[in-house]
Amino acid sequence: MKRTGAQIVFECLLREGVRHIFGYPGGANLPLYDTFKDYPQIQHILVRHEQSAAHAADAYARVTGDAGVCFATSGPGATNLVTGIATAWMDSVPIVCVTGAVVTSLIGRDGFQEADITGITLPVTKHNYLVTDVHDIARVMKEAFHIARTGRPGPVLVDIPRDTQQMTADFHYPETVHLRGYRVPGHPDPAEVKRAAKLIEEAERPLILAGHGVILSKAYDELLELAEKCDIPVITTLLGISGFPGTHPLFQGMPGMHGMYWNNMAISESDLLLGLGMRFDDRVTGRLKDFAPNAKIVHADVDPAEMGKNVRPTVALLGDLKATLQDLNREVGGKRHPDWKAWLARTRAEHPSITIPETDKLLPQFVLKQLYEATKGQAYVVTGVGQHQMWAAQYYWYDRPNSFVTSGGLGTMGFEVPAALGVQVARPKDVVWSVAGDGGFQMTMQELATLVEYELPVKFALLNNGYLGMVKQWQQLFYNDNRSAVKMFNPDFVKLAEAFGMVGLRVTDKTQVAPAIEQAMRHPGPVLVEFVVDEDENCYPMVPPGAALQETIDQPAMAPARRREEAVSRS
Amino acid sequence: MSKELHTIVALVEDRPGVLNRIVSRWRQRGFNIESLAVGHSETPGLSRMTFVVDAAHNDVEQVVKQVDKLVDIVHIEDITHLATVSRELIMIKVRSNPANRSAILQIVDIFRANIVDVSTESLIVEATGDEQKLDSLVELLEEFGVIELCRTGRVAMQRGAERVGQDEPHLVLPHLHGGRAPGGLF
Ligand SMILES: Cc1ncc(C[n+]2csc(CCOP(=O)(O)OP(=O)(O)O)c2C)c(N)n1
Ligand SMILES: [Mg+2]
Repeated sequence: MKRTGAQIVFECLLREGVRHIFGYPGGANLPLYDTFKDYPQIQHILVRHEQSAAHAADAYARVTGDAGVCFATSGPGATNLVTGIATAWMDSVPIVCVTGAVVTSLIGRDGFQEADITGITLPVTKHNYLVTDVHDIARVMKEAFHIARTGRPGPVLVDIPRDTQQMTADFHYPETVHLRGYRVPGHPDPAEVKRAAKLIEEAERPLILAGHGVILSKAYDELLELAEKCDIPVITTLLGISGFPGTHPLFQGMPGMHGMYWNNMAISESDLLLGLGMRFDDRVTGRLKDFAPNAKIVHADVDPAEMGKNVRPTVALLGDLKATLQDLNREVGGKRHPDWKAWLARTRAEHPSITIPETDKLLPQFVLKQLYEATKGQAYVVTGVGQHQMWAAQYYWYDRPNSFVTSGGLGTMGFEVPAALGVQVARPKDVVWSVAGDGGFQMTMQELATLVEYELPVKFALLNNGYLGMVKQWQQLFYNDNRSAVKMFNPDFVKLAEAFGMVGLRVTDKTQVAPAIEQAMRHPGPVLVEFVVDEDENCYPMVPPGAALQETIDQPAMAPARRREEAVSRS
Repeated sequence: MSKELHTIVALVEDRPGVLNRIVSRWRQRGFNIESLAVGHSETPGLSRMTFVVDAAHNDVEQVVKQVDKLVDIVHIEDITHLATVSRELIMIKVRSNPANRSAILQIVDIFRANIVDVSTESLIVEATGDEQKLDSLVELLEEFGVIELCRTGRVAMQRGAERVGQDEPHLVLPHLHGGRAPGGLF
């Protein structure tokens, strides 16, 4: 039986287990949209902007551990996806984007709504395709999902002209892919595993620095086993958060630019750093030449290009992280590290990086702590980018595996709304809190309509500080407090929520925080809680840009806000 | 500024856009490509590219690894430090007249080059060799007046019986993740 190109796409999607597609129709993908009626197993979610389709597919992929899918039309539809694709690219998230292209006869002739989207997305996709022969669609879709999911995951874009979607062909779904230039590392070299195990045996002050790879390869149990078996403290990168239980006694939080003071010092003290599924990003390492000066480094990652990119490892374990940790756990013994842990505990006590100052003001950190308590660390937390993101990383402790969803690599403001949508679609019965900034929220708030339409009960904790807070913080600290274009006129967020048909609440006082969170969670639909927080509060600890981790400025917790800025600008 | 030239050989799928993908990676890292030669390889469907890049200010190893990750690139290798034979082809259109023709012919002879076209006012000289040899040939012919010149860029091959990319495993792994359990809104 002959099928149209569009039907072939849907047959492929079914076979790949796809149940939800985030998308937006237009002229060039009309045949695809016409085909939804034949495939009721697949639900379409109409977002209000294609950027959101990509972010929602991305967040859906992060929490399900499988590829997310989005559709867009040619030209502006496709270019609107780009920020979302780049976000997924930087954070190694598997998404498959299917875009409609102008008819083949118009390609390269500036046809209406033509954009060279394979050219545009070349540097931000793992691979992309322009399919102009209907007979190639099945193979390409098979390859697209395979490439997106395996190895170091990433976005793949498939661009299909409208006439190709309409042509017909027999459908055969290939069993395997044949990509002679594509290799997926499995287990690491056993000799390297033995060398790593020996370093672990010899180390006095070992430290695990775990990243997104733990979550991507679902290596939670293996990481826990390694840490407990060898009594090694664990720190995680921003994207590694929720890869290790947040309340585990070995867990120390995040290092880096806004990491815990004790962690930045521990990295400098450590004699063995185990970088597991992470990439020694500049936000983690600070000034590279002073990073971990006393440590040997074991670097485990699935991407060969990460080996030696930023830091030269003593031992490189190239492989799937889950497989790597299984191998390593078989080789390591039960050394204990009481002195090292005591050193860490002492440093932690002397530098209480995340103590919340005593004050009557409504502090954003206090809101996050209350949110943590109300949800017992079990909610999905999605964030935007800025101060609120860092507070969400610092003050909420994630006990549930893979429950923290944030744009780390690209740092995309506006992620908080569509990503929360994607998470809630994937996890309809779970509590999803979007910790939003007043700036970022306004970049994508049109998706409130989508939430209401599809009855997705996302709860927003909008931390309204009236500022593009993180930029204001940098201007205060490094640009003589010249606040340029950071103070914002904001809409009435409560009325705004109501206009979209959802519940809006405003909190201006500390005592209202817990009751408002409680009320939001009791309500069955989406709720926006606006927390009007102290606009002076800044995010600490902080490693100034270009400085070394050893120069971390600790939380000047007890000093009044103004004095703190002075202290910092003088240091 | 002194240059540090590296010779990089790549075996790539013979498909539209592949060159663009590779070159995009070099561009992103700010590399200037000194020369590039593309043609068929011994394996059907695979093209062989030879890049010469200046690595004086950039980390070649990192870009090579990044390029290697491209799905259409089957193999890539920096062969700068291997024993290789490298050649380039040049064609030079030289101004000539009956009076100086024999002087030109003498030079062509010494360089084991060929004359491939003759007209009343010009000759086309064709030669192969490594860059230095061709550079000296050009220098000598310049005194007669070079009208036009084109070079193919370097192609290079490792000496001995080895073959580039020969030991590269062609892994086709089954899906690491199966289809997911249906969840979501239904
Ligand atoms: C799309 C985008 N544009 C600009 C930036 C630069 N930037 C980083 S944080 C920030 C301020 C964010 O403000 P808000 O969302 O209110 O969060 P806050 O820092 O106040 O918590 C800006 C503008 C960015 N990360 N993303
Ligand atoms: Mg703000």
